[in-house]
Amino acid sequence: MNIPPMTGTRIREKRVDLGLRQASLAAAVGISPSYLNLIEHNRRRIGGKLLAALARELGMEAATLSDGADSHLIDQLRAAASLIGEKAEITRADDLATRYPGWSALITTQARRIAVLDERLRALSDRMAHDPFLATALHDVISAVTAIRSTAAILVSQEQIDADWQRRFHENIHNDSLRLGKSSEALIAYLEAPDDASQSPETPMGQVDAYLAQNGHHLASLEQPGADVRAMVTASGLKGAAAALLGGIGKQYADDARALPMGPFVQACQELDYDPAKLCARFGVDFATILRRLPCLPPDGGHPLMGLAVCDAAGVLMYLKPVPGFAMQATGGACPLWPLFTALSRPSQPLRAMAVLPGPAAAPLLCYAIALPITQHQFDMPPVLRSYMLVLPGPADSTTPAIPVGVSCRICPRAACASRREPAIVGLSPDATTL
Amino acid sequence: MAKRVLLIEDEPNIIEAICFILSRDGWTVHTHEDGATAMAKVLALPPDMIILDVMLPGRSGFEILRELRSTDATRDIPVMMLTARGQDKDRELALRLGATHFMTKPFSNTEVREHVRAMMDA
Repeated sequence: MNIPPMTGTRIREKRVDLGLRQASLAAAVGISPSYLNLIEHNRRRIGGKLLAALARELGMEAATLSDGADSHLIDQLRAAASLIGEKAEITRADDLATRYPGWSALITTQARRIAVLDERLRALSDRMAHDPFLATALHDVISAVTAIRSTAAILVSQEQIDADWQRRFHENIHNDSLRLGKSSEALIAYLEAPDDASQSPETPMGQVDAYLAQNGHHLASLEQPGADVRAMVTASGLKGAAAALLGGIGKQYADDARALPMGPFVQACQELDYDPAKLCARFGVDFATILRRLPCLPPDGGHPLMGLAVCDAAGVLMYLKPVPGFAMQATGGACPLWPLFTALSRPSQPLRAMAVLPGPAAAPLLCYAIALPITQHQFDMPPVLRSYMLVLPGPADSTTPAIPVGVSCRICPRAACASRREPAIVGLSPDATTL
Repeated sequence: MAKRVLLIEDEPNIIEAICFILSRDGWTVHTHEDGATAMAKVLALPPDMIILDVMLPGRSGFEILRELRSTDATRDIPVMMLTARGQDKDRELALRLGATHFMTKPFSNTEVREHVRAMMDA
């Protein structure tokens, strides 16, 4: 059994946390202190009974000791560091997740919340700066206030003003005050946040992501003939823009399910080892349909974990199914080296490439990608492209060189990357490029 | 002969107040409310100075200012722009386009008098 090198480090940290001496722990599991010392410094691999005995003495699950923390949680911690952690020790994210899973979950939850609030703030700033209704309403208010102030100042000055002018100015003030009242009411009504927006914890895309993740990206109600997308959206409980987004995704899902019914598709996947090219040939559908359909296999069916990313021609992610070991930055710019983006420069050409994220435990990923137009061809109009990328665990015996990708520049340790667009945050060692 | 000020502004009660203030101070005040035809009015007068609002029907004050500064006959006329308080970008743009001065709404009558005097004396 292969044990990742961090196992020893975790044993040592847990022992120190518990205040156990090396000699005591070694005696408790029946090995010499020097052998335990080698294990703790990751110079001996352990497994089986000895690992189980050490875990028992340290009060931990053997799997936690050997595998460390949930890789998804570690990915989320790294993403949180990219957003807010200028001085985070990002290379020790797995230590943090292993030792303090509860605090780590809190950090990731807060980071997501901050990202949502940031996005809302940006939207509000845009609204304040560019909203034509708001600009007109504010102009009305300022104009009325200016007229009232100037006219009132004339009336209270010590100058002699004849009766006609006085009457006109009084009327003007009266009319402007009425106008100011109406303008202010309109402004308040406009700025008042609707109830659902103020209570919603997420952006519309965030709500859709949460719903899809909750269902393992498998929408069982849309697998049946005559699937009712509207009923699925209603049952989801999502409202407004989130419901509209889910409706669009649901329609595509139902179309794909009609083209590739789940029963025969599952059987073919197992026969053809989940190879998209062979599945494409078997069913005679386009490559993108296969890439979209594979990550929708039932999550409890024993199928390989498959991630999916979809973006538009500007590279903006429109759909993301992350899986352990595969993550992309949904906001703030993803790594441009992913085949998802390469495909945009070669529309209609299917791509197959290996990619690997940085980090000692990162495993190579097998990526299939294609960019296709989603509208009819038109003269004098560029095609509207969508790019799709399916991500699977890479084959263990692959000799294909893997593209060194990252989640985002801010948390990527690859110092010499030509695609870098901003520096990595403090705490990432340039030496990590060799990891 | 009294110096001529052209006030290009579309709010009638602001026009009335400024006209009253500047008239009392000895200026001859002409007014115009439409942005689209403001340039023709300037060329027809022409005034000794212009008070120009940013938000006007038909054409923005910035566009008018740009044309004033690129037209030989109007290039040197002092222009005071009226902008809304807090609109830093508007003020920066006004100065970049060649405004002699800017004043933010709501303004005081004393400010109007002093700025107009200062611009005419300059």
